Amino acid sequence: MMMCKEATRLMSLKHERNLTLQERVSLRFHLSMCGACRQCDRQFTLLREACRRYGSDHRVDHEDDGR
Amino acid sequence: MEDPAASEGDRLANQRSTRLEHLSSIRPKLVAFARMHLRDSAMAEDAVQEALMAAIEKDATFAGRSGYDTWVFGILKYKILDIMRYQKRQGRLQPLDDEESDEVIDRQFRKNGRWEARSRPASWGDPDAVVESQHFWKVFDACMIALPENTARVFSLRELMGLSTEEICRLLEIRENNCWVILHRARLRLRQCIEKGWLEGETS
Repeated sequence: MMMCKEATRLMSLKHERNLTLQERVSLRFHLSMCGACRQCDRQFTLLREACRRYGSDHRVDHEDDGR
Repeated sequence: MEDPAASEGDRLANQRSTRLEHLSSIRPKLVAFARMHLRDSAMAEDAVQEALMAAIEKDATFAGRSGYDTWVFGILKYKILDIMRYQKRQGRLQPLDDEESDEVIDRQFRKNGRWEARSRPASWGDPDAVVESQHFWKVFDACMIALPENTARVFSLRELMGLSTEEICRLLEIRENNCWVILHRARLRLRQCIEKGWLEGETS
């Protein structure tokens, strides 16, 4: 069974490359049971979004976060 | 003889001074950004100075007011990358030591790989409200500065400069896998740091 630390590795990795099917399944399974990791996953996504906006003049350009 | 070019000249001079004012108002943001990448105040100041000069010179190529900051940041990004490439050629870009374990990260988890109670991620509230908040950006900048140098460099190249991991590997001469490890650490550190600053600020 995958633990939180490993789950965070996949949460980060998915922003760099496509996860394999097995990685996706284990991550999804873990997230379905772990509220703390669900928060972490949201925060990683928010970090990506925040960085994309860094320096822009606060235009509100809502794009899907792809999830 | 009445010179029509004179009033045109006044108008341009006016526009120019408005833009100059605006540039000087975003200057601190630009310097903070450059410092994050170059980790050297003097070099960051130089990069910003050059970017500002280029922005003024190339002013005619910018059409319209919206997205002006983004445009200036774009110029600054090129300047920063130039400096980093130059540093690399000079052998001054430090090679990354990345294989060691990271205690700050290890302390967030128990031995069995679960979150330590005090490190468990909590909700930050509505994401849109978060990124619109001035306080969030203050915390964000402080947390970026608090990252270890190498970690910050890789993270900001990836996320703020928008380089691909492949390009980062070439620039810093690291393997892609190392890059992923560093990015994972950066996100875990930032997450923890931002959460602390963000939630504390909300209640105070």
